[in-house]
Amino acid sequence: MATSSFTKKTLGVEANDSGKARSADSGQPAFPKKPKITPSKAKRREIPEGLWTKCPKCSLMLYDKELDENLKVCKQCSHHFPIGARERIHSLVETCSFEEMDAEMTSVDALKFTGASSYASKLDAYRKNTSLKDAVITGIGKINSIRVALGVMDFQFLGGSMGSVVGEKLTRLIETGTAKELPVVIISCSGGARMYEGMLSLMQMAKTCAALAYHGRSRLPFISVLTHPTTAGVMASFATIGDLIIAEPAAMIGFAGPRVIKDTTQSELPPGFQTAEFLRDRGLIDAIVSRKEMKGRLTSYLEFMTEGRTARHA
Amino acid sequence: MKNYLDFEKPIAELQRKMDELQRHREAHGIEISLDKEIRQIKKKISEERRRIFSDLTPWQRVQLARHPKRPYTLDYIRTVFSDFAELHGDRLYGNDQAMVGGFAKIGDQKVVVLGTQKGRDTKENIRRNFGSAHPEGYRKALRLMRLADKFSLPIITLIDTAGAYPGIAAEERHIAEAIAVNLREMILMEVPIIAMVIGEGGSGGALGVGVADRVLILENAYYSVISPEGCAAILWKDRSAAPKAAEALKITARDLLELSLVDEIIPEPLGGAHNDVEVTAATVKERLLANLKELTAVGTKERLEQRYRKYRAHGRFQEGQPVAA
Repeated sequence: MATSSFTKKTLGVEANDSGKARSADSGQPAFPKKPKITPSKAKRREIPEGLWTKCPKCSLMLYDKELDENLKVCKQCSHHFPIGARERIHSLVETCSFEEMDAEMTSVDALKFTGASSYASKLDAYRKNTSLKDAVITGIGKINSIRVALGVMDFQFLGGSMGSVVGEKLTRLIETGTAKELPVVIISCSGGARMYEGMLSLMQMAKTCAALAYHGRSRLPFISVLTHPTTAGVMASFATIGDLIIAEPAAMIGFAGPRVIKDTTQSELPPGFQTAEFLRDRGLIDAIVSRKEMKGRLTSYLEFMTEGRTARHA
Repeated sequence: MKNYLDFEKPIAELQRKMDELQRHREAHGIEISLDKEIRQIKKKISEERRRIFSDLTPWQRVQLARHPKRPYTLDYIRTVFSDFAELHGDRLYGNDQAMVGGFAKIGDQKVVVLGTQKGRDTKENIRRNFGSAHPEGYRKALRLMRLADKFSLPIITLIDTAGAYPGIAAEERHIAEAIAVNLREMILMEVPIIAMVIGEGGSGGALGVGVADRVLILENAYYSVISPEGCAAILWKDRSAAPKAAEALKITARDLLELSLVDEIIPEPLGGAHNDVEVTAATVKERLLANLKELTAVGTKERLEQRYRKYRAHGRFQEGQPVAA
């Protein structure tokens, strides 16, 4: 898949911060980052320069480097390609401002889940293939001059599904936001709750919403950004209780899967069903914002939502 | 007529024999010789029942949870509660009959009781949408809970749904948002909340009225992130692998108690809740009252903190590097 060649822009802060922050309590030997950096660099060199990607919407051939620079948005038709969590964070926060939280937290196979393949082996494979620990990255960073608690999901890791780790990392992020009086911004892309953790996953919905209940009670803003695709358990929890709900253009957004709906209702789905635009027209989504404008728009919204608070405190 | 599940076949067979004997006796007026036989069969039936029900598989429990004779929300409202005054509508769109609720008394305690409601026959099922609520159902539930909160009435929710309804209209009216708002608001309700899974605990549709100080579950009810069939379709590419999925997902009352995801299991009579609704209702009432008493003894602030901590504690993960496989 050509679109996975974007690792060129790794966050400069990641190596410094996560290692520094976690070495104390994780009990790991020194240089926890070293073994990871070497293979990932070697992997990167294997990708030939000058790779092209065909836009699935308008069929234009796009030069990868250009596509990366354009935040993975087609320059001709504005099709939004999937984008990894790290790359997205890089596109939103000021250089070196992002302090990642809980970078070393990992999932465990609490149910000893065995299906066609075991959860444990799936986790191993995804950790190796994505250079991610789980489906969300959280931390405190600055969007322009505004400090925010930022969580970004990554669809590459088990379909961005929410298990205990995603729930716990987001809950800690929200709680930190409440404690430090910071706005929370969560950028979702997820297939829903993680089946392999059974009811532990379902309870992450209640847990994240509980944390947001108290964050909201402190009159702190929460902006939920929905990107392609955001569905099911994530939609039925934190993603739809933002003070603002923003979506990327044409993102697939919904609760039940379209096939399930079709099978259950035995009827044809209306055109554009479960897209960002469909849901904006039906009153769920405040605004559709393209990826390239996201940083500016988030800044502007947050300015409106935080200024009054500063005044109240003064 | 009783409905027997597949695994109850030995019982059904014995029952059929006994019925035959009884019919025979009535038809021919013979008394003495058959009494002994009937007694023997009765004994056998209860032995067989004890044998089968002492070791149910998760999938068998799912079937019991879905049993057509199983008591539903309104059955409990009738038997456990009194003075039920049903309240209708979400004040926004309509009155979802898959979600029922209103004022009621349990013992001397005034409460708001609500829950998902299945239909007993096809006609009622159409009206009740087979117990799968639309957004207006969850919003009606929220309205009733806010009413309870405003007037200091404890909230009791009864859960029995395959899941929130996966339909076009449900999506158009934002079912996900309706559930999520309930999750957020239920954590802040200042009155005690008890949720009780009485049959099927179908994922987000169940959780949407399931955030509580105490989560109780009936012995043969299940509570799952996805239906066993849905999980089987995804992981085994075959819906008939549902028994395997039911096992893997850890959805039985006992599994959930072990994972600390429910607080208490309410025992059912041998053969399941439907086998003796009166006994089930009595147990349910006793346990609800006991839990209510405990919860009302705690101050509001402390109860809310405990509720938050309870949900805060859900999840299993590891802080450091993964253990090498």
